[in-house]
Amino acid sequence: MAKFRGAVVVDTEHCKGCSLCVVACPTKVLDLHPNVNGKGYHYAYMKNPEACIGCASCGLVCPDSVITVYKKNVE
Amino acid sequence: MELTDIIKEENLVLKKSKLLTDNVMHYCPGCTHGVVHKLIAEVIEELNIQDQTIGVSPVGCSVFAYNYIDIDWAEAAHGRAPAVATAISRLHPEKYVFTYQGDGDLASIGCAEIMHACNRGENIVVVFINNAIYGMTGGQMAPTTLLGQVTSTTPYGRDAKLNGFPMKITELLAQLDGTCYVTRQSADTPAAVRKTKNALKKAFQNTRRQKGVSFVEVVGTCNSGWKMSPVDANKWMREHMFEKYPLGDIKDI
Ligand SMILES: Cc1ncc(C[n+]2csc(CCOP(=O)(O)OP(=O)(O)O)c2C)c(N)n1
Ligand code: SF4
Ligand code: SF4
Ligand code: SF4
Ligand SMILES: [Mg+2]
Repeated sequence: MAKFRGAVVVDTEHCKGCSLCVVACPTKVLDLHPNVNGKGYHYAYMKNPEACIGCASCGLVCPDSVITVYKKNVE
Repeated sequence: MELTDIIKEENLVLKKSKLLTDNVMHYCPGCTHGVVHKLIAEVIEELNIQDQTIGVSPVGCSVFAYNYIDIDWAEAAHGRAPAVATAISRLHPEKYVFTYQGDGDLASIGCAEIMHACNRGENIVVVFINNAIYGMTGGQMAPTTLLGQVTSTTPYGRDAKLNGFPMKITELLAQLDGTCYVTRQSADTPAAVRKTKNALKKAFQNTRRQKGVSFVEVVGTCNSGWKMSPVDANKWMREHMFEKYPLGDIKDI
């Protein structure tokens, strides 16, 4: 079992759907949602939340700083 | 384990810097400007110099940078940010003064200003966003545009005979005795973002050493001007830009 579990919270109304977080995630947690936000952008969301390790890679590359990252030691 | 067990204040590892305002950045989705703004805000926050930092924003897509980072700012005419920063830092030597400039602003219309500010060894930080194009005005050729690169003014690709060569202005500036730290970074991967942040932090800290200009180039993308998706633009940048504009420190004294 993974040592860390992570979770991210995306400010969906301010996400621009650029996908940079999606490709930065090493464990393929993220994807763009089929739905769009108020500006018409497909926003990022945790498609596979169980795989998140809280590494913050997604948040580091996000140009709009809309990702908040949490990480918990589960050992 | 439920997500609500993880999403708790005590487990927080990354959140938006307090120095970034609530204004939504006007940049296109995936634009490098947003990433670099964030890093500058984080560095100023971590160094606790919010009240002592004055930025000078350029003309170009980042003309409204002052709307996004909560510090004092001045807005310069196109290319003249190093001249304005010179005046500010000479009048307020205790402040941290930086310019934020695109490649059209810095290497084209403002070529003389940056050369002479660097040659005079002004005690400022320069953040240079090289996306090899004039983003704001519709994707025209910049001095940094690569040979063969298609822009709205080089529809058949940049041709050296007609348009001259891509300008490695950062290497030129490193030759001047007035620069103390000159580096080229990128912001496309988590590792690159961390390195760029370290470079920016070092540049701001250099202000106290008073050794001259600290110059941080960030090779970036303009996915709109390049007419690519943000993800493809990063790929294209790695495949083409890094060959002409290799990453790493050029000077550090
Ligand atoms: C004196 C003057 N000349 C020309 C312009 C038109 N103009 C505005 S932005 C720009 C180039 C911006 O390119 P760059 O500095 O690379 O910034 P980017 O948008 O790519 O970040 C030009 C030529 C202007 N505003 N003022
Ligand atoms: S924190 Fe890491 S593992 Fe979790 S979504 Fe972001 S990049 Fe993926
Ligand atoms: S990087 Fe940021 S803006 Fe881009 S899709 Fe991900 S959360 Fe949205
Ligand atoms: S035009 Fe280019 S540089 Fe300007 S905001 Fe859009 S992607 Fe960024
Ligand atoms: Mg440009």
